[in-house]
Amino acid sequence: EKLAAKKKRRKEREALGDKAPPKAIPKTIENQRVYDETTVDPNDEEVAFDEATDEFAPYFNRQTVPKILITTSDRPRGRTVRFCEQLSTVIPNSHVYYRRGLALKRIIPQCIARDFTDLIVINEDRKIPNGLVLSHLPDGPTAHFRMSSVRLRKEIKRKGKEPTEHVPEVILNNFTTRLGHSVGRMFASLFPHDPQFIGRQVATFHNQRDYIFFRFHRYIFKSEKKVGIQELGPRFTLKLRSLQKGTFDSKFGEYEWIHKRREMDTSRRKFHL
Amino acid sequence: SSQVVWDTLGNRQFCSYKITTKTQNFCRNEYNLTGLCNRSSCPLANSQYATVREEKGRCYLYMKTIERAAFPRRLWERVLLSKNYEKALEEIDENLIYWPRFIRHKCKQRFTKITQYLIRIRKLTLKRQRKLVPLRRKIERREKRREEKALIAAQLDNAIEKELLERLKQDTYGDIYNFPIHAFDKALQQQDAESESESDAEKEDDDEDMDKREFVEADDSDLSDFEDMDKLETSSEEEQEEEEVEKKASHSKSKGKTPLKGPARTKRPYIEIEYEEETEPTTKTKAT
Repeated sequence: EKLAAKKKRRKEREALGDKAPPKAIPKTIENQRVYDETTVDPNDEEVAFDEATDEFAPYFNRQTVPKILITTSDRPRGRTVRFCEQLSTVIPNSHVYYRRGLALKRIIPQCIARDFTDLIVINEDRKIPNGLVLSHLPDGPTAHFRMSSVRLRKEIKRKGKEPTEHVPEVILNNFTTRLGHSVGRMFASLFPHDPQFIGRQVATFHNQRDYIFFRFHRYIFKSEKKVGIQELGPRFTLKLRSLQKGTFDSKFGEYEWIHKRREMDTSRRKFHL
Repeated sequence: SSQVVWDTLGNRQFCSYKITTKTQNFCRNEYNLTGLCNRSSCPLANSQYATVREEKGRCYLYMKTIERAAFPRRLWERVLLSKNYEKALEEIDENLIYWPRFIRHKCKQRFTKITQYLIRIRKLTLKRQRKLVPLRRKIERREKRREEKALIAAQLDNAIEKELLERLKQDTYGDIYNFPIHAFDKALQQQDAESESESDAEKEDDDEDMDKREFVEADDSDLSDFEDMDKLETSSEEEQEEEEVEKKASHSKSKGKTPLKGPARTKRPYIEIEYEEETEPTTKTKAT
């Protein structure tokens, strides 16, 4: 019956010709999204001030160069290991270290002593990576994500080569709310501040409906208005589970935001990032 | 009568504690000493029996004697064993003095095993515990579905391309790429504004261009006298089309290595066309 109504409307439109009313905009979830009061206005002073004084200020003022430590949970299986390696090629200045049963609480002071700026822990379950803990080291926020649909480099359909050692550009899409803003800055602080455009590589963190999609591409400008992109590098999607103020501490940490299923998953039009 | 009990329960009729597997029979009775279903290990079929069991980290010795067989409530007598391993072994020995060797031996073995696993429990609780969080199937399905839909809604490739083009427009890439056409136009307009003579010169240049291009086209048609007439004709047409497109786009072949300045280009476009034209046929033939 919907089809019949559509057909009728189209006939009416054709019959009216030029006098027809303009086409109605279809409703999408993005259109109907419940307005989040913490949406960041680009000109918001308070937010700008906050960002100038939060833990990422040294990075954005170019005082620190990011140095990342990637590790896994105990006994990583092959897929996770390979994923870690690929991730370390994507993020410049990153090192992979195996975790042979070391407690996180103890390696964090060691990392700080050795001048690491960020720590990534990839949690594994049943031989596939399924969680990511990203913590900014000198006492910075810790974000815990659930990771899904991880594709390694050889599983992506393309005939390209490996990513080079050039510093990639970063694209952060759609991080609108205050929470999204801070998460976006966390991601941005992983990469060195000055991308090397010769490399023509771009890492994208695209937020859509609270899912953050990560892609890594190489681009070519074919002409003024046309660009070609070729996907290299792994891809995965993240969903934020919690954001803690200090470094990783499951018992005593102060949580800035936790995903509470009962409260937050009730509406289909409400998103937090 | 223990023999009678064994004859009925043990092998012939049904025993609710008995579990049979391919190779062995197990006994589920909580007072069983070894865990197997044997004539000597069945607590029901032996009137004199003893076990070691642990409760909340402390080990007890349970004993059953014939005299109390009529009083099920008082059947099993319980003795607390000391925490000290050797002392506890001695206590077992003194409680089970004059008992059959089998029961004594098995009791001590069982006690040893129990203390070992208690030690391990205590050690593990000090280390990091892995917390198992159960997955909820409905929620997993829901999340997966939503992720797929979000992926479709995201249209990632388009978004990335748009963003890259925006960055190109806003000149974040500086001088690397060579076709900022609006900059080219701006430069043109600047030159127009400066002096008329220059603009005239440009017009002349453009006219020359047109002449040159016509001349060039004529050349191509002459070339068609060759053997592979059709091929060359089509290729020449394509070349002309490409040239036109290329001139409009002002696109440099060397993927952004040698940036040429805008104003310089306006003065010598015809030379550039010649250059491109020369290289065209070689690339074309190589392709075919």
